[in-house]
Amino acid sequence: MPSVSRRRALHVLAAGACLLVVRPATATREALVTALRETFGQSLMARERVKLELPLLAESGNVVPVTVSVDSPMTEADHVSAIHLFAERNHLPQVVSVTLGPWNGKAEFKSRIRLAESQQVLAVAVMSDGSLFSDVADVEVTYSSCG
Amino acid sequence: MKSRLGKARLRVPKSAKRGELVEIRTMAEHPMESGFRYNNVGKLIPRHIATEFVCKYNGREVFRAALHPAVSTNPYFLFYLVAEQSGELVFSWADDRGGAVTEVRTISVT
Repeated sequence: MPSVSRRRALHVLAAGACLLVVRPATATREALVTALRETFGQSLMARERVKLELPLLAESGNVVPVTVSVDSPMTEADHVSAIHLFAERNHLPQVVSVTLGPWNGKAEFKSRIRLAESQQVLAVAVMSDGSLFSDVADVEVTYSSCG
Repeated sequence: MKSRLGKARLRVPKSAKRGELVEIRTMAEHPMESGFRYNNVGKLIPRHIATEFVCKYNGREVFRAALHPAVSTNPYFLFYLVAEQSGELVFSWADDRGGAVTEVRTISVT
């Protein structure tokens, strides 16, 4: 008989699996897992509501344009409070974290980031009720950077 | 070592209608030396990055970014704000060597 706790454990595993085990193990996957755990604890992050836009092919890993947008009404009661970006194969998995609120009107930001090699980039949005949503994007990098 | 944080450039609309969504763009001149690169004699180049960008609208913090070495040289951000009332937008950048630059723009909301 599957107990509730086992079901929850499977949920956590499934969420982790779809985010992290898409690629084979890398040198820095551990670092990414540690970074995620430090930032979010063991919370679940569904892969919905967040849209992470990156070029499929980046000629230079030094300047990769990135857009993150989150489907949110951005009201006092329901808004995005933070967005975090992670790059699993960079020296440091953390890329940038932004803090937002209802005064932004639109849960979107753009920036330019470095990618050390071809890899999967992860965006995690923290909602005002504490729930987490995420998206991933694969980027092929021709000339890598030292991010 | 001395901070190499340069000018902060901004694109902020001078006026907006109340409730309108305004687009803010900013870029700081900064090398964002990651601390993972070696120079031509094999010595590690020390890290020197901008670590923080904050935007305040009439005293209230409306956007904050915590930067890591994976943000490109001359860090750039685009974000949005709802124009509520006329006033001041204060943009501040800070780096890991005590460098700081602040720019102020006024917006008139009708």
